[in-house]
Amino acid sequence: MKLTVWTYEGPPHVGAMRVATGMKGLHYVLHAPQGDTYADLLFTMIERRDHRPPVTYTTFEGRDLGADTAGIFKTACMDAYERFRPQALIVGASCTAELIQDDPGGLAEAMDIPVPVIALELPSYQRKEGFGTDETFYQIVKALARPMARTPEISCNILGPVALGFRHRDDIEEVRSLLWEMGIAVNVVAPLGATPEQITTLGQAHFNVMLYPEHAETACRHLEKVCDQPYTKTVPLGVGATHDFVAEVAALAGVEPRKDLSRLRQPWWSKSVDSTYLTGKRVFLFGDATHVKAAARIARDEMGFEVVGMGCYNREFARDIRALAKDYGLTALITDDYLEVEKAIEEAAPEMILGTQMERHIGKRLGIPCAVISAPVHVQDFPARYSPQMGWEGANVIFDTWIHPLVMGLEEHLLHMFREDFEFHDEAGPSHHGGHAPKPVAEPGAPVAETARPAQDAQDDAAPGSTGGDVMVWLEDAEKELKKIPFFVRGKARRNTEKFAAEQGVTEISIDTLYEAKAHYAR
Amino acid sequence: MNRPATIPAQTCRDAPILKQRGQREVFCGLTGIIWLHRKMQDAFFLVVGSRTCAHLLQSAAGVMIFAEPRFGTAILEEGDLAGMADAHDELDREVARLLARRPDIRQLFLVGSCPSEVIKLDLARAAERLTVEHAPHVRVLNYSGSGIETTFTQGEDACLASMVPVLPATQARELLLVGALPDVVEDQAVKLLSEMGIGPIRVLPAPRSAEMPGIGENVVYALLQPFLGDTAAALDRRGARMISAPFPFGEEGTTAWLRAIADEFGVDDETFDRVTAAPRARARKAVAAAAETLAGKSIFFFPDSQLEIPFARFLIRECGMEAIEIGAPYIHKGLVGPDMDLIPAGPTISEGQDVDLQLDRCRAARPDLTVCGLGLANPLEAEGLTTKWAIELVFTPVHFYEQAGDLAALFARPLRRRALLKLEAAE
Repeated sequence: MKLTVWTYEGPPHVGAMRVATGMKGLHYVLHAPQGDTYADLLFTMIERRDHRPPVTYTTFEGRDLGADTAGIFKTACMDAYERFRPQALIVGASCTAELIQDDPGGLAEAMDIPVPVIALELPSYQRKEGFGTDETFYQIVKALARPMARTPEISCNILGPVALGFRHRDDIEEVRSLLWEMGIAVNVVAPLGATPEQITTLGQAHFNVMLYPEHAETACRHLEKVCDQPYTKTVPLGVGATHDFVAEVAALAGVEPRKDLSRLRQPWWSKSVDSTYLTGKRVFLFGDATHVKAAARIARDEMGFEVVGMGCYNREFARDIRALAKDYGLTALITDDYLEVEKAIEEAAPEMILGTQMERHIGKRLGIPCAVISAPVHVQDFPARYSPQMGWEGANVIFDTWIHPLVMGLEEHLLHMFREDFEFHDEAGPSHHGGHAPKPVAEPGAPVAETARPAQDAQDDAAPGSTGGDVMVWLEDAEKELKKIPFFVRGKARRNTEKFAAEQGVTEISIDTLYEAKAHYAR
Repeated sequence: MNRPATIPAQTCRDAPILKQRGQREVFCGLTGIIWLHRKMQDAFFLVVGSRTCAHLLQSAAGVMIFAEPRFGTAILEEGDLAGMADAHDELDREVARLLARRPDIRQLFLVGSCPSEVIKLDLARAAERLTVEHAPHVRVLNYSGSGIETTFTQGEDACLASMVPVLPATQARELLLVGALPDVVEDQAVKLLSEMGIGPIRVLPAPRSAEMPGIGENVVYALLQPFLGDTAAALDRRGARMISAPFPFGEEGTTAWLRAIADEFGVDDETFDRVTAAPRARARKAVAAAAETLAGKSIFFFPDSQLEIPFARFLIRECGMEAIEIGAPYIHKGLVGPDMDLIPAGPTISEGQDVDLQLDRCRAARPDLTVCGLGLANPLEAEGLTTKWAIELVFTPVHFYEQAGDLAALFARPLRRRALLKLEAAE
């Protein structure tokens, strides 16, 4: 038993729903009690889908438990087939149905439904949503795809995009155009937008593009084995990774690595003098492994940031992220407990967080700007405009997205110069963000703070960066001086000073300690 | 007199009820935690369930309430399913850890879920044991919010019902208002009743455990919500008596509800009119503004919160709408009977759901406005139907006179919006 407040991932059957809802002509019969239908709203509300997810819930009740829940499943399954006439069915159990052991797969198989019925075994009490997407897609591919003659032209499948994915819709377009520039045809994109019938033709592609390892790695491995299709390992997130991706594809396909860089603006935007203020910004990365891995490279090599912490919530990829963190001189944080993530961020005191919607809330509480790089998603992660993360345009989008939360170049200096100004003070936040109104002149505006942090609990009040009751003390003057430092570097200054003081064996921090530490860490 | 003047000869109460069985598109009772934990400020709701339960609470809240909330899920893992003794030990450990971290918690609700009920984890026994262990600082209660036993708002009913047996006894003559309402609305009700000289007035649930009301034979109670059947039964068992009335939605409903209480306390007509005249006039005026949009339009209710019948009564009688179907998860005539009496026979009254069949009826009827859950709203909009998501009606202050206009406006807004948008070429 583990106490959980917020979760990064839902149960595995939600992963199966993400695959089913992404596809067309597939229906999912889910043995589940009343209430599990809440998952529909993830798709209809967060993603604004205009169709109900293709899922039939059997809706058994307490009084059915001693009676015939298997009969309820069979009726629901037959009704769903009759009503929706899918090309294939997937069947499985949610967490509660797993306990009553009706074996939906076996029941459905015995029903003579005239289309393929694919049984899913998703252990709800061990695994999570990410496993659910990967395993479901694999089972569908395994059941339907067969080796077949290759297309005459060089072609590939794009595998991994699902419903409720972080920018999957636009990433597909971007990757299509990368492939098109090299003259490579796209055979099937799956699961998103594919029918079961199209899945049966996966085998005619020459190779596979593994767009999201979280959702397609097992399927890609299977196709490599069964259909002799190699697959790409590079995910084209960021400028460097996109170059590498093109090279990898060209090698697999035996074509020239042709690219059209006319739309790529990121490198110049990063080199232009306005961006010098980005140098050495301390960033903390957290999200799914694929996006974190890519973000680490972009942050260090393409933005000139310093990565001060990284981690992922999907344990399946823990080994990769641990190895990567080691390269960056860090210890990876592998956890799905947001309180642990919050603690790590508080300790690292970064200037920016690159995370998920969960970290966005953590950032709000700690007063640290945050840009979102990964699922789990929120309605805001489905913009109306074209907004990919992958390919050349993705690199441009990422540049804009990451610098938006920061205080801009010259404004940073002005804040230093006029730090005591009643309107232009640091707690007003970046001036291009309308939400940050100047604080009333009267001291700690309690009501203002209340609205900024709704639903505040007693727990929230621990001061960020405080070391919690050990021997080190900040003298009053030093504490005052610290407050004159703009908010976006104050956390770093506090942390560096305390670290410096500890190393020097100083227990009372004075103004001098503060500036000695500043000189010590100057770069 | 202020009583509704005419009772139609044939009302919805006598109409046959359409009952179908199939997929239900409703929340389970755990969802009530989203508002209950805000109302009871020293309570913590610990769901004993699965990752699905945690994910539901997170998703149903729509946006996350990111201060550490006063609810959480003790997620059952493989090991907990194997041995029951271990599950209890694990639960004790998690509760001890939680209470150590949150000394502000005075009431802890262990909330049962589908998995905990299927494996027959005895949370009543756990609550007794933990109450002894953490007395006198914390009282531990339990109820079920599982989908196999409860829908959506029944979670609040189960929660309040679990509190009734431990309420202190009293011989006092008191009025008890039952149901978790936003403070602003609750205060309005208390003010109106106090001005008529009715009191003392107590509320269940109270914002803090120390303020919980007493209960006994001289207590009369009025329900604020139509889904509190089990709580009513529990109160009756403790000797209290229910004041039956239509629910206080709209000018008419609020007046009828207040009138029933006023009669119980012997308030004269003059006093009643003096207190209610001004807010009644305001409510009529505010409702009239929204009714311009609603009058003559048809409405179709999918089951959601059990508020459907009182809302339909309000929309038909005060806003001039025509109901095609009124669907509710459960129909408890002992509670919503007075509202049903006011609805002329005609609309289909349905209880429970086969969502696919109900969608077929809705598409065939093409109502001007469809009230449904979040899973259905966008798909129906995409088919050209105008929808009102039901959950907003549960999360918005809509009771009593001053909110009557807001309630009507919630239904009018989707229609106004549809009329407002010009998304075609100008030509």
